[in-house]
Amino acid sequence: MTKKPTYADVKTKGGKGWFYTDVVKEHFFKPRNLLRTEEEAKKYKADGVGIVGSPACGDMMKMWIKVDPKTERIKECKWQTFGCASAIASTSMLSMMVTEKGGMKLDKALQIKPQDIVKRLVDLPPRKFHCSVLGDKALREAINDYFKKTRKEHRIVKQGAKVIDKQLNVTDKDIEEAVLDGATTFEDVQKKTKIGVHDKSCIPEAEQLIRFYREKYFGPD
Amino acid sequence: MINVKSKEIYLDHSATTYLDPRVKKQMDKYFCEEFGNPGSFNTIGLRAKKAIAKARNGIANILGAKPNEIVFTGTGTESVNLAIKGVVRANKDKGKHIITTTIEHHAVLDTCEYLEKYEGFKVTYLEVDKYGSVTPEQVEKAIRKDTVLISVMYANNEIGTIEPIKEIGKIAKKHKVLFHTDACQAGCSQDLNVNNLNVDLMTLNGSKIYGPKGTGMLYIRKGVRIQPIIHGGGQERGLRSGTENVPGIVGLAKALELCQKEKEKENQRLIKLRDKLIKEITSKIPKTFLNGHPTKRLPNNANITILDIEGEAIMLYMNKYGICASSGSACTSKTLDPSHVIMAIGLPYEAAHGSIRFSIGSRTTEKDIDKVIKVLPGIVENLREISPVNLELEDVLEKVIK
Repeated sequence: MTKKPTYADVKTKGGKGWFYTDVVKEHFFKPRNLLRTEEEAKKYKADGVGIVGSPACGDMMKMWIKVDPKTERIKECKWQTFGCASAIASTSMLSMMVTEKGGMKLDKALQIKPQDIVKRLVDLPPRKFHCSVLGDKALREAINDYFKKTRKEHRIVKQGAKVIDKQLNVTDKDIEEAVLDGATTFEDVQKKTKIGVHDKSCIPEAEQLIRFYREKYFGPD
Repeated sequence: MINVKSKEIYLDHSATTYLDPRVKKQMDKYFCEEFGNPGSFNTIGLRAKKAIAKARNGIANILGAKPNEIVFTGTGTESVNLAIKGVVRANKDKGKHIITTTIEHHAVLDTCEYLEKYEGFKVTYLEVDKYGSVTPEQVEKAIRKDTVLISVMYANNEIGTIEPIKEIGKIAKKHKVLFHTDACQAGCSQDLNVNNLNVDLMTLNGSKIYGPKGTGMLYIRKGVRIQPIIHGGGQERGLRSGTENVPGIVGLAKALELCQKEKEKENQRLIKLRDKLIKEITSKIPKTFLNGHPTKRLPNNANITILDIEGEAIMLYMNKYGICASSGSACTSKTLDPSHVIMAIGLPYEAAHGSIRFSIGSRTTEKDIDKVIKVLPGIVENLREISPVNLELEDVLEKVIK
């Protein structure tokens, strides 16, 4: 007989010696706002749905939101994630951030950056930063989906960013950030963002952008 | 409810092993009492020199080699570096071509890449089949006029597949090409007789065979042209300068002696446990399969892919239940790509992130295996419930069969 462990069964003895902070651990072992199982997800009536990533990339998440049309506040934020501990924990944290204190306004939610989530998680190992924190992108997709469904297409925003890798929703902003973080080659940027792992067609454009940002910030080679 | 016990179950022996207490006992006196430098011309130094000679003789006996064909190094990685760089540099007048495989340890792969990039060598990386095996025919086909070295691992560290070293050795001999095997994962369980295996160079290390970390050795057949990669005091016949790690060398020899002596019985025990683990997991948990060769595999290795969820998450969950295993997922690698071995056996990207390696060892009991079988299905169910991915096993397997 195999018994299914519940999250509450997992006792932790403090974050020492663990790879992640206590907050990450807490959200990994006890994720908030989940939609468990496919059935539950099917039954859930969302106002907007967003998906980002793919199993081939190693991370994929799906996010469902319910919005109060009058106040434009996010009333519920549910999610499912395929990914490592930090992917699960960061999505859980994001879902909490946008629903706490009566719910976050859509305009503000659109502004959430991976850094904001990581701050609430206290910290993440640097190499996990860009690859596993994809929740903000899934959330933006869900909000845009809400705009579409409520005939407010004019409000659909990509945060002034252009999606370069369509599989992973990696934008020019992400590339810019990676370059500012010290990446100088395409390989470097890929290590940080996973760009082009699956969507190879974006590589030439990505390389051009890397050169552009390198010159912009660090001068000609 | 499952009780979380504080006692850890270590199923990561391919990463490293604990020291066998008998080995430790043998090493003990070489730290404080017999601390001498084997190069010193005094009684304390001479006793240290004797200890190394004894260790060298013991290892040579096990390998069917002569004592002066054994060189002690600092790690398995160092031995591989010495074997490959040392041999190809010393033989570059004969040619600059190396043959190896895509599933070697990074010690081999990165060394070959370095030689390609900075020293103008050409390397052929042989592809493996879906079980992770290379064939002697593949090796023969890849040999060119300028081939100076073939390097194929004895057994793979991730998926446990054992390569046909003996047969590849025959081919190498026939074409008069030098042959090195990285035997680090094979030290405990396989035949190490260099004449049976037809190898010219063989790498072993201590940390995988219940010996001390920071110890390694390279067998170099008499007559093989090789240069050192570390220069200095000229120890180890000039091939590895630096004061000898006397307790380490004593420990390495003792560890090899013990595990080789006990291997028949221990292999039987491990195979039974390994097969139970594989059978129970793959039958109890849907959408799982074994990686590596079904029979030509190390007695202690079970590498299993679990679809729809990610390896690091599984691993950390198991760790909460005290089970220590490892994963080939991207999250546990240096880059963001899944393990090169898992990719080389043809697993599609979408399935490559969910592989878990259990490597059992001398302390593993049936109770440990039962614990894994008891908790893993619940962990998988839990993570699958929160995963938006739902792959079909048939679709994935179809992609694997090239």
